[in-house]
Amino acid sequence: MIKDHTKKAVISERIDEYFLGVYGAYKFVLRFFKEVFVPPYHFRAIITQSYEIGIKSLALISVTGFIIGIVFTKQSRTSLEDFGAASWLPNLVGIAIIRALGPVLTALICAGKVGSSIGAELSSMKVTEQIEAMEVSAINPFKYLVVTRIVAATIMVPLLAMYCVFIGLIGSYINVHAAETTSFTVFFKDAFSSITFIDLFAATAKATVYGFTIGIIGCYKGFNATKGTHGVGKAANEAVVLAMFLVFLEEVIIVQVSNWVRNY
Amino acid sequence: MEKTKPKAVENQAEPVISILGLHKSFGKLDVLKGIDLTVYKGENVAVLGKSGSGKSVLIKIIVGLLKPDLGSLTVLEKKVEKLTGKELDELRLRIGFSFQGSALYDSMSVFQNLAFPLTMNVKHLDKQKVKEAVEEALEAVGLKDKAEQMPAELSGGQRKRIGIARALILKPEIMLYDEPTAGLDPITSAEINELINEVQEKYNTSSIIITHDLTCAKNTCDRIVMLVEGKFLPSGKFDELFHTDNQQVKDFFSYNFIQ
Repeated sequence: MIKDHTKKAVISERIDEYFLGVYGAYKFVLRFFKEVFVPPYHFRAIITQSYEIGIKSLALISVTGFIIGIVFTKQSRTSLEDFGAASWLPNLVGIAIIRALGPVLTALICAGKVGSSIGAELSSMKVTEQIEAMEVSAINPFKYLVVTRIVAATIMVPLLAMYCVFIGLIGSYINVHAAETTSFTVFFKDAFSSITFIDLFAATAKATVYGFTIGIIGCYKGFNATKGTHGVGKAANEAVVLAMFLVFLEEVIIVQVSNWVRNY
Repeated sequence: MEKTKPKAVENQAEPVISILGLHKSFGKLDVLKGIDLTVYKGENVAVLGKSGSGKSVLIKIIVGLLKPDLGSLTVLEKKVEKLTGKELDELRLRIGFSFQGSALYDSMSVFQNLAFPLTMNVKHLDKQKVKEAVEEALEAVGLKDKAEQMPAELSGGQRKRIGIARALILKPEIMLYDEPTAGLDPITSAEINELINEVQEKYNTSSIIITHDLTCAKNTCDRIVMLVEGKFLPSGKFDELFHTDNQQVKDFFSYNFIQ
């Protein structure tokens, strides 16, 4: 669309643009909820996107989760040993990885990998008129491209987060086993000893929220990209930055809420 | 070769597209300032004009991608501005749209590109019928052997042909071509012009061809209209416009031939 440069800003151009952007995002989210429950459901496209988001991220999640498990355990050991509390290491690692590190780490990796890929793919489809081509073929591009990606991200990110937690704990176990010859059963029993249902529920719930956020931000930025190759790069970049920012913001809110529920 | 049979005019055919007093602006930029156009059944109409004159905006309004600010638009006896989402989709199935950049789906093979509109719009269609329809469309554009290739592996001319084949897959009654020969060499352009004529003969379509290529307009169209500063100049056959006294038309034609 041609931008109207003659229109006067209500407050200032940048502030106006910011609020228009927020309103646009709000309408985008609303449209998603309007369309997600209405047929036709593109199950095959959801499976394809789940594969793209989930299976293709496994290698990266595996390496990162494993290394974080080892490094976190190694770094924490020194401090705990100073207090003679090295036996609490599995417990500490369990709390840290399940409650925070697993879901957040997965979300950040997915914001970078998945968010940028969705943003870039949809924006390049937009600038090459592929989205309009769908519309003129009587195919709803929002439903086919956006809804399927958001649903896939919302399903796959929590699954990846669970996998990341498992791999992180395996990494941690290897380090603990190497130092203290702790058995696999004892390590996992200790790691989960302080974990409650609320922790598991909160971790899964927040990973689901992160998945939804990553999907919707990637799709919003890609679907609303301005024309040209510059728009493609900008959409991919903004999708990553905004998704990461929102993941941290959501982490703070969810931690507060889950602590409040735990103490209630 | 110049097109010599203005069938629609000879046959007094019924109108398939009627545009009356169409206005479209983007902010304060008036692109279309009250244009009128009627396209008859079986007729090919070229819309000529400079880049940025609003030619593509016109066909995007016809297919419902953009909404007009004012005016009346009737396509295949449907008032486009009054259609609901579902009715608009039904109308779109009767219109083929060939994009300037082909707009092929990069992630799909040629076969999948062609099968996609079919499988998404026709319920319970078995694989064999989809295959037959795709093969027929590919045969119509002379690229039957390219079914398994990806769009990135095709040349510019082949991409245009596949774009046209995809538009033809649902057997439309109207074809809208957006700059079908833009960016192509003269030989490939001539092949595309020939293809446009073949499509009209085989599928009995009515077409609007957006172009600034006079050779394309001359060889494919029964009638030519020129869009200048948001309004149409009087229309006519190629020869009539070629010998017109209108200075704006003369300028456009002479500049093209000098080029």
